[in-house]
Order: sequence, then C-alpha cells, then structure tokens
Amino acid sequence: MTAPLTSPTSASARSISASIQAPARPPGVWATAATYATRTIKQFIRTPQLLVVNAVTSIMFLLIFRFVFGGAIGTGDVAYVDFLIPALAAVSGLFAGGAVGVAEDMESGLFDRLRSLPIPRPAVLLGRSIADTLLNTWGTVITLVVGVIVGFRVHGGPVAAVGALALCIVFAASFSWLMIFLGLVSGSAQAAQGMSFSVFPLIFVSSAYVPVESMPGWLQPIANNQPVTAMVGAVRALVIGGDTEALLGHSTSWFVVRSLLWSIVILVVFASLSARRFARL
Amino acid sequence: MSPSHPAPARHDGPTIEAIGLRKHYGDVHALDGLDLVAPAGQVTAVLGPNGAGKTTFVKAVATLLRPDAGTLRVAGIDAIAHPEQVRRVIGLAGQNAAVEPALTGRENLVMIARLFGHRGDEARAAADVVLDEIGLTDAGDRAVKTYSGGMRRRLDLGASLVGAPRVLLLDEPTTGLDPRTRIELWESIRSLVRGGTDVLLTTQYLEEADQLADHVVIVDHGKVIATGTPSELKTLAGRDVVEVRVRDGHDLGDVAALLAPLGTEEPHVDEPARRVAIPVERGTAALTDAVRIIGERGIDLDDVGLRRPTLDEVFLTLTGHPAVEALDPETTEPSTHGAPAPHTHGAPA
Repeated sequence: MTAPLTSPTSASARSISASIQAPARPPGVWATAATYATRTIKQFIRTPQLLVVNAVTSIMFLLIFRFVFGGAIGTGDVAYVDFLIPALAAVSGLFAGGAVGVAEDMESGLFDRLRSLPIPRPAVLLGRSIADTLLNTWGTVITLVVGVIVGFRVHGGPVAAVGALALCIVFAASFSWLMIFLGLVSGSAQAAQGMSFSVFPLIFVSSAYVPVESMPGWLQPIANNQPVTAMVGAVRALVIGGDTEALLGHSTSWFVVRSLLWSIVILVVFASLSARRFARL
Repeated sequence: MSPSHPAPARHDGPTIEAIGLRKHYGDVHALDGLDLVAPAGQVTAVLGPNGAGKTTFVKAVATLLRPDAGTLRVAGIDAIAHPEQVRRVIGLAGQNAAVEPALTGRENLVMIARLFGHRGDEARAAADVVLDEIGLTDAGDRAVKTYSGGMRRRLDLGASLVGAPRVLLLDEPTTGLDPRTRIELWESIRSLVRGGTDVLLTTQYLEEADQLADHVVIVDHGKVIATGTPSELKTLAGRDVVEVRVRDGHDLGDVAALLAPLGTEEPHVDEPARRVAIPVERGTAALTDAVRIIGERGIDLDDVGLRRPTLDEVFLTLTGHPAVEALDPETTEPSTHGAPAPHTHGAPA
C-alpha cells in the first residue's frame, strides 16, 4: 500500500503550488475569444482532411454548377458564371462545418473544462464565430480565384467589389452563429453533420443557383422573401453592376439594406440562443 | 465578472461542504439529499457504482450544473450564489482527456493557462512547470495526436493544474485505462498533489480509492451511505475473512459447507478462482479450525489465509449489491443478489 497523497515526501513536493502563482484576475472577453479562436484556427490548419476536403468540395460544387447545370439555367443577359460565383461567395457560411466543430468540442469534454474556468462564457462562442468567419473568408477567396479561372469577372468596379467581399464576411459571421447553435443543440458530431443539411432548403429555395422566376408560382414568394435571396442579390448587384437590377427586380441598395437587416436578425437571435444554451449545457 | 474583482479569500473550513444537495432529471434523482464534507488538506474519494450520482456531484462542485436544492460551499464560497468565484479556485479534469489532438502538449497547456487568466509569459512559464511535473517535457512540442492514451490523461491532469487551483476535481481520472497505465497515472496524481492541493476524486474502482484517498465517501442512489478512512470503512464491514483456494474445483461445494458453521454470514464462493471466502468472528481461531476441518476431509488446498475485508466487501455489506455489478449497467444482468438495478436512480451519462 502506498502512502496517502498528502505526505510531503517527494523532492518535487510543492513545486506546482510554489512555481505557479494563481492568476491575479480572470481573463477578459477578448483574451478568451482570441485564445479559443487561435486554437480553432490551428486545429483547422493542422488537420489536412479538413483543409483538403473543404477546398475540394467547394471547388467541385463550383465546377459542377458552372459546367454541368449552368448551360440549362437561363439568366438573361448575365453570364451564368457571373450569376453563380457571387452566390457561392455569399452563402459559403451555410456550407461551413462550424456546427460539427462545436459538437466535437462538446463531446470531447473541452466545453466542460472551459465552463469550469473563470472566463466570460459567451466569449468562447465569440471566439468560435471569429475563427469560423476567418476560415470562411479564406474559403471565399479560393472560390473567387477558381471563379476567375473559369470565366468570372467583376463588372461593378473596385469599390463595389470590396463592398461585396465585406458583405460576404458579414453574412459568414451571421451564419456562424446559426451553425454554433445547431452544434450546441445537436448533442453529437454526427447529428451536427445531419443538422447542417437542414439549411439546404434555405440555400436552394433562393435565387442562389437559379432565378426565382423559374420556380413554380407558389414557391416564388418564399424564395423572394428569405435571407439568402437578399444576401445573394446584394453581392450579385454589387459585383455585376447596373445590368442586374433589371434581372433581379430591385435596386442594389434595396438588396444591401435587406441583407444587412437579415444578418443582424440572424446574428442577434442565434447568438443569444447559443449563449443561453452554452451557459446551461 | 469585473476585472478588478478581488480573488476570493482563503478560508480554514472544509474544502467542500454539501448539505442536502438535490438534482433531478425528470423522475431520476441523481442527487437525493447528498450530505458530504471534504476536509481541507486531504484527498477525498467519492466512491460508487455508475449512476450513483458521482459525476453529477462533481459537476455541481465545478459549477457546470446548478443543484435544485441544498447548499454547496467550495473553499468557503457559496457555489450556487457565486459560481464565478468558485471557478477561480478549482481545476477540473473530466472523464475524457479533453485535450486538442492537433495542438502540441505545450500549446494545450498554454491555452488553458491563458483561460485561467495567465498572460503571455506567465502562461508559458506555467505550462513549462506543469510539463516537467507530468513528465512530458520531451514530448511537449509534439502534437497530442501522437500521444498514448496515458500521456493524454496526464496532459489533461496537467491542464487542470496550470492555474494553480486550490481545489482539484478529478472525475474518474483512470476510467478506461489499462491496469499499467492506471498505476502510472496514480503515480502522477500522487506527485502532483503532494504540494497540498485539496483533491476531490470520483471513482468506481475501490482499489483506486484505497490507493489515493485519505478520506472515502461511499455514494449510492444519490446519497452518502458511509464515510471514513479506507481502513475505518473496512472495519465497518466488520469481520476478518478466511479465504481458501481449493486445488480441485469439484471440492468447492464441500468446502463451503464445511466452513459455513465457522462464519457470521454465508460463505461466498468464487468458482472461476476456485475460492471460498467467509467472514468470521475470531480470526485466528477460525483460521486454525478451517485448516483442521478441511484437512480431516483430505481435501487439497492451494492456499489458505486470513485477511481484512476489501472495499468490495464493504460495499456489498453497506448496499446489498456489489460495486462491480454496476460497472456496466447496459450489459450486466442486474442482480443475482436481489438488489435493485443500480442505474435506475442514476444521473444521465
């Protein structure tokens, strides 16, 4: 039988408590968010499966629509590649694997540990949102580069192009909270994977891949009045310029304002739901 | 929490004090009026089968869940009113090694150190000290995905220590490890907590409580059913045990029948081990009698001896069901002993 733990017999005794001072104060929101975001980005970069699979999937998707479906989809005076690429950039946040990552951290016990630490709890989710948004922006850049290779061109001028990219980042940030929420309620990484597909109707029943006018009449009001159509319309209008207003049926500013309002609503709703959920996991 | 909030003051009372703690999930009472005191400066083991409420209790102490009723003080702090202050004095290592495989061991520790509130260099220095203590300095810059299971658990244990917590909470620290790795981890736990950190650990392994703890609390169905030092608890079961191993398994029935009159309870027959064990009143005299009676019958023995009861027997005496039976309630047929299935009152996994 071995001596109980507290007998001070070892030479290494007291070294932890003697060498490490308890921190003077708990970490703030930014320190917490930045620490968790850094870890999440490192995890992504160092997991080749994630890096490669994500890039390959989105490029494959792009090429299939560009070269297989594109010819059958009529987009009036606008070339299909110019119609498609802004849409892919705008909704990439809905394809991101944020929900799965959140569910994995819950399953692994990491969230239990984090919730036992003296941190502002919602800051963990803020860190996840920042990391997912950055990774998503990287994905958008890849989409744009491949897009240009297969014929996509910006017609709206440099200012509009930068504005469009900025909007894509805002949408990604907003959707990241939806994905965090799905991850938190899913219970497991596998379920999170499945739940991520639940946003597909939102993506496909929109103007992202086909003009809304080509859908049956009863579906058009739904497609016209949901966030993805507003977001895709805003990016498309900025990138393609004046020609699209006729095609899309509204002015550029109409789309931009609507898309930003939708982004704020999605962000506020899912950020508060997620924070509440995280606090009482 | 405001950044200027002063660190909670030290206090002299018990490390953990729970009174009438209750937590239910639907009809399941995970904690059913649990009263528990973990004395300061000691390692306290909460021992019980799966679903006894151990993990629910640790989660309450770690402020991961809020009890429905009762009071809970951790290092003198009211954990229900001021959970944010409790989080400044605890370190938690859970059932899973919650470490990030894609990061190095050092990066994992620095990350947790920052989240405890250490800044830049402070966090790196704390990580270095802990890496050294858990014997992972050489592996510190390797990705954790290259670590063995035991190394991951050690790293997880280290992560709970980078904030120099006053109270260390270890929830089933060795569950799922092979025996050799378990013993290595025990060594790590021993050397890590020698500095005087108060420890609360949960375990379903009686041997683990025996090896590590000064103070053992036996929990079943969300309540405390016994507390004491390992040796006091063994005395609770009362009696010394005469144990006999026969050479030929066919003699087991005869030997049990021969020994029965000597004991205070029915003899316990362990067929695979060819062993009969029986609690007795006067140890040495009973041992001599046992050897004589069996010898007169000419039955060959491999081994015969007198020993103190194990914590397994303590558990059986106190609860009416053996702890091991409950290890895996999903696959184990409940109860050859007529005891209720233990998991019916348990916390969700």
